[in-house]
Amino acid sequence: MTEHVEWSDTEAPAPAVHAAVTPADAADAARLVSFGLLPKLQPARDQEYAELLRRYREDPAFARLADAVAAGLGLIVLEVSPRAGMAVTAAEDSVFAVRMGDYARRTSADGGDRFLHGLAHLSVAAMAFPRPEDLADDGYIGRVSVNGVDAFVRQACRRLEERAEEQGENTDPASDAPGLEAAWRIWARRSATGATKDARRLAGSTTGIVGKAVAFLTDSGFLQRTGDDGGGTYRTTARYQLQVRDMAGGAAMAELLELGVVPVTDGSPTLLPAEETDDLDLVADAGLPFHS
Amino acid sequence: MSDRGPSLCTVTSPASTDRVPPQLSAAPRPAPGPAADEGLARRLRALACTAPIHDLDARKANLAGEYSVYGMAEIALAAIDLVTLNMDFDTGADHDQIVARLMPRIAAQAPRRPVAEHERVARWVLENLINVGSVDRGFRAAYGTFAPDGTYVRRDYDFKLIEEVPGHGGVVYLRTTDEAVNVLVGALDTDVTSAQIAAEVKLEVLVRRGRLADAQLAAEQARYRTVQYSETLRRALEATRRNVRAVDWLNAVPDMIAEALDHVADRYRHENAILTNIRKARDEIEDAENKRRAAELVDIVKDCIRRHTQLQSRLLEAGPLFRAEQDRQAFATPMTSSGIDLYGHLVTPVLPLPLEQAVRVTDAFFARGTGLRTPVAVRVGDLVDLLLTPPVEREHLGAEMPEPDLIATPDDSRFSEEQLAMAKELLDLPADAPRRLSGLLEEARAKDGEELAYLVALLAVHAASPAVGTAYRQGEEKLLFAVDDGRELDDPGFGGADLIVGTALLDAAGMAADRTEAA
Repeated sequence: MTEHVEWSDTEAPAPAVHAAVTPADAADAARLVSFGLLPKLQPARDQEYAELLRRYREDPAFARLADAVAAGLGLIVLEVSPRAGMAVTAAEDSVFAVRMGDYARRTSADGGDRFLHGLAHLSVAAMAFPRPEDLADDGYIGRVSVNGVDAFVRQACRRLEERAEEQGENTDPASDAPGLEAAWRIWARRSATGATKDARRLAGSTTGIVGKAVAFLTDSGFLQRTGDDGGGTYRTTARYQLQVRDMAGGAAMAELLELGVVPVTDGSPTLLPAEETDDLDLVADAGLPFHS
Repeated sequence: MSDRGPSLCTVTSPASTDRVPPQLSAAPRPAPGPAADEGLARRLRALACTAPIHDLDARKANLAGEYSVYGMAEIALAAIDLVTLNMDFDTGADHDQIVARLMPRIAAQAPRRPVAEHERVARWVLENLINVGSVDRGFRAAYGTFAPDGTYVRRDYDFKLIEEVPGHGGVVYLRTTDEAVNVLVGALDTDVTSAQIAAEVKLEVLVRRGRLADAQLAAEQARYRTVQYSETLRRALEATRRNVRAVDWLNAVPDMIAEALDHVADRYRHENAILTNIRKARDEIEDAENKRRAAELVDIVKDCIRRHTQLQSRLLEAGPLFRAEQDRQAFATPMTSSGIDLYGHLVTPVLPLPLEQAVRVTDAFFARGTGLRTPVAVRVGDLVDLLLTPPVEREHLGAEMPEPDLIATPDDSRFSEEQLAMAKELLDLPADAPRRLSGLLEEARAKDGEELAYLVALLAVHAASPAVGTAYRQGEEKLLFAVDDGRELDDPGFGGADLIVGTALLDAAGMAADRTEAA
């Protein structure tokens, strides 16, 4: 993105007013990026923020300058719009990036806990955007509750358990190879909740882990708390949709493909609405008890 | 009370004493194939479920204090019983309630010990059934099986007996797991449906032959089965409600609901038949002990029927709920569907992966899905200040409450309490002697003037349409009523009909009996 700035200086001197970048412009651009670093701030609530956003959209030179500032700080610009504000996210290795080790203790030593925290985040997103259309529709607002996410993952685990049982498979892991245990079992055997002395959620329980995830996402400006039902209910923000759609989903997909798990069909797997196949897949063993 | 922490019961397979690992010897495989091994594995798991209960009695010696008088296994089974019977569709059993209900049994085991100790024992047993010390709050047992290729594999079996589930408003409830219900009922690893039918057929036979002691046992088992069955169904309904896409709307769901309704209806008929039989038995039996047993049986079967009815209402709600979800999800304006299906593309494929691989995918999602955090920059100057600042003393009680300024509201009621009492006294008529309103008015005027007469007239008019239903429900013994027989009221102050005012007696005792019967 720095290249863009140089290009604009040499090749596109057309808008004479903005040809030269003044220190004041740089300050404004940096100010806009700093607004983007306050993810809970709504553009509609801050006049200066709204004004800078308008300038970004109307003045290409300023936009390039702001992009350059963001890139230099190790930030990726997802979208700049009145609804999402200056939506930036941390590039890998950026000082702004969140690391699992800082997020939760015990995660480096225990692969199981590390997985549970990661799966909690993935499941919150999956619950918030249940259909591909929801993720694609800019106007969609997803709703999640802590207990709902836990129940939904448990249901998925139960289905796998039933499928394994149907096939007469023994899913109990070998004692000397815990890393080979099927992932769903880790969630299934962790208790959903637990009584604690001070009436707080048991941190190690699955609702505790999901609760931590949604609280963290709320701090990131990705969710807004709407109520206390079901362990806490939340709705999604435009930023979360952008983050999941443009960053996290693709990254996880790439990792999965690298593991050779998703068969690559026609070279465009992510663009295929895989619903139909999913439907059949799930219907076959949707956990309905009265068929036999 | 000292607690040794999580208990890991160890169950090892007797197969481990095999002479030589089969793949090393050229001889025919000494171990039976995986098919035969599966039955063994199942029995080993069933055995493992009982281990935590035996373990309690083994470990009570380690507790600080003299606890050998208590039969811990007995208390544990009673606790599982209580939790199973108290868990309903939405909630489970309350922790404190279970402790409270366990107390009489524990007290009976050691009547001379203090109550605090009894409670400690109850809590210790319950916590150990949950296995509070371990991070999973569950148990793990190791056993061995032969893999299809003949190698011997040691496996871990994870299970829970009582699990904690979130209830409304953040309350934690207890539920017994399927494993625990199986241990309790004694029929290990059986099919829910067939076992229920079997239990009921058995009961019917027993009742017909008059063997009630056995019948009661069978009836209790039938109830456990019913609870277990409801639990299975509740889970299935919960799943379908969450994701319409996940189920086949055209065939599978309607079929399932229809089958479930048939099943409930079938059970309902069956249990009603049993109920009739046992009631007959209850009334015919002479022996007091057997009579009591039969009465208990009636209660149990009634409870079964209640649970089935509850199940049925859930089933009936399912259809409209599905249709509403269908409307919301399927008939909306179709969007250009592009992008990732998070559930189908990510969650579903990740869950069956081995942990080592799954964690790579979730890590990738976590790294890019959590957003950003501005790093905290600390200045040494601030840090020093911060560390040297003495902690602020918190006011324990908070700010003083201002004394509320109360203003007396003026008494603006039309009639005084004394007037009401006088009117009531006037209208307290014997049941067999109703009176004309005109006479009552005259008497009231003579007693306390026009105001009292006005009140009496109001009460009489009000009694013209008495709230019989309400009085009936509240168990009132008598009721004031007023009837118009067409005679004109001749009075200086009031006009209209000269009502006949009287008191009707209500059969309170009979009503109470009716109510209990209806319930």
